Amino acid sequence: MSSEPLVAVEHLERNYGPFRAVRDVTFELRQGDVLGFLGPNGAGKSSTMRIITGSLAPSAGSIRINGLDLLEQPLAAKRHIGFLPEDPPLYRDLTVDEYLRYCGRLNGLRGQALTEGVRDARRRCGLAEAGQRLIGNLSRGFQQRVGIAQAIVHRPEVVVLDEPSIGLDPIQVREIRDLIRELGQAHGVILSSHLLPEVQAVCNRVQIIHEGRLVLSEALAELNECLAPTSLRVTLAEPVGEEALQGVAGVDAVEDLGSGTYRIRHQPDADPAEALAARAVHEGWGLRALIPEERSLEQTFVDLTLKEEAA
Amino acid sequence: MTLTIAARELRALFLSPLAWGILAVTQVILGYLFLAGVDRFQRLQPRLGAIEGGPGVTEIVVVPLLANATTLLLLITPLVTMRLISAERAEGTLPLLLSAPVSMTRIVLGKYLGALGFLGVALIMLLLMPLSLYAGTTLDAGQLAAAVLGLALLTASFAAAGLFMSSLTRQPVVAAVSTFGLLLLLWILDWTGNVSGGIQEVIHYLSLTEHYKDLRQGVVSTADVVYYLLFITVFLVLSIRRLDVDRLHG
Repeated sequence: MSSEPLVAVEHLERNYGPFRAVRDVTFELRQGDVLGFLGPNGAGKSSTMRIITGSLAPSAGSIRINGLDLLEQPLAAKRHIGFLPEDPPLYRDLTVDEYLRYCGRLNGLRGQALTEGVRDARRRCGLAEAGQRLIGNLSRGFQQRVGIAQAIVHRPEVVVLDEPSIGLDPIQVREIRDLIRELGQAHGVILSSHLLPEVQAVCNRVQIIHEGRLVLSEALAELNECLAPTSLRVTLAEPVGEEALQGVAGVDAVEDLGSGTYRIRHQPDADPAEALAARAVHEGWGLRALIPEERSLEQTFVDLTLKEEAA
Repeated sequence: MTLTIAARELRALFLSPLAWGILAVTQVILGYLFLAGVDRFQRLQPRLGAIEGGPGVTEIVVVPLLANATTLLLLITPLVTMRLISAERAEGTLPLLLSAPVSMTRIVLGKYLGALGFLGVALIMLLLMPLSLYAGTTLDAGQLAAAVLGLALLTASFAAAGLFMSSLTRQPVVAAVSTFGLLLLLWILDWTGNVSGGIQEVIHYLSLTEHYKDLRQGVVSTADVVYYLLFITVFLVLSIRRLDVDRLHG
């Protein structure tokens, strides 16, 4: 199974009239991946997810789920997907158990498999005690869990979650993230969000989508490497002049920010902080602050989306 | 899968007070009409007995009851079918069905069967009234069966039109009103009187009630039965198409 990706999307296009919501999106999802789909509101995240799950037809392109073409064998392919749309599709007049049983049946579960699937989904989503409660009476956080339970009740290989932590309080958000991380071990997970910390917290791969196009697709580890600090902010008691700082080993460039503050650029693997501190003490510059400037995912996100807009 | 959706639909109907209300109201009204019919029959009976081959209890009590039931069903069917698809749209639960491994045809059939299940309950409760007459007399079973078949087909046609109207909108009330409007229009088509020549015949043929008249008299003609079956098929196919359009055009 390692050779066949769980989801293979190629050159996906989706137009709403003249508006091109998704343009030439190509990506793969493999077992154990938690793929974060990141983008501002209206970037095409939800459209892409709806297309992958078969509730929206693409204008062009192909989607293979577990090797099955979604457009040619939709029923067989959809069995391998669990989907939580942006608004959890809950029937408020049913109890949690009734609802999950119905969802299991829709996905072809019967008898023993159905009972086990429901019990398992409930346990994993922290709903063990809530089986008899009416969905309409549950809090928002619990409803969201029921939504996720619905997506995993038939044990699909791929779980697609559209904005799973929207509208939850911080504690619920943390619980949902733990749950998603756990899901990532057994399933392939695709997750959309406009919250960067969330993606940084749970995903191992990140894709940034902007105006329907993928502008970045990388493993989070690699991305973090790119995001390694490459500048320092130094504040000295007295301005010493750029030339003096330039002389320190490892310093690439110096930028004077005024009143004794400088930004010092360096290579990711050659941090001059130590040398700089030693030199400052030795020369008596009066070092007041030495701060590594981290480039967050947020900065990258803003850079990428703004660059697109400027282009 | 179809039955799963049908069962869920039926359950959803019975979970709402609306369904119970509808059943109660129809039962009260038809019960009153039935008793009035029985009373009339009792008053007329001595005179009817004198007529050779005169109308019996089936014609005096049962046929008018079923005729009145059609009017009532015209009023209640839009209320039964209005939520079928529009409510799923409004509450955002449609993606659950669309992303499940269930074809559009099965979704629509499931919904339709669910509504038919409820209307079937209403019909059976209605039918209990004439059947209770067997306690004291005998009915013309052939005519009764034909009339019930006609009523069932007519109701199923109403439901199919209601399902389609429900697939067009996200507001149940709009679905109910437009269903009612469509059914009423098809109902009164033959009231137009003297429109010239061939058009009159076409209009007459399209009218929903026209095909029920013969069945009510005990005449089962394939033309009438096929008319209803075609009517149902057309609206079911239109509903399937409508949901497909959702998927294609977003």
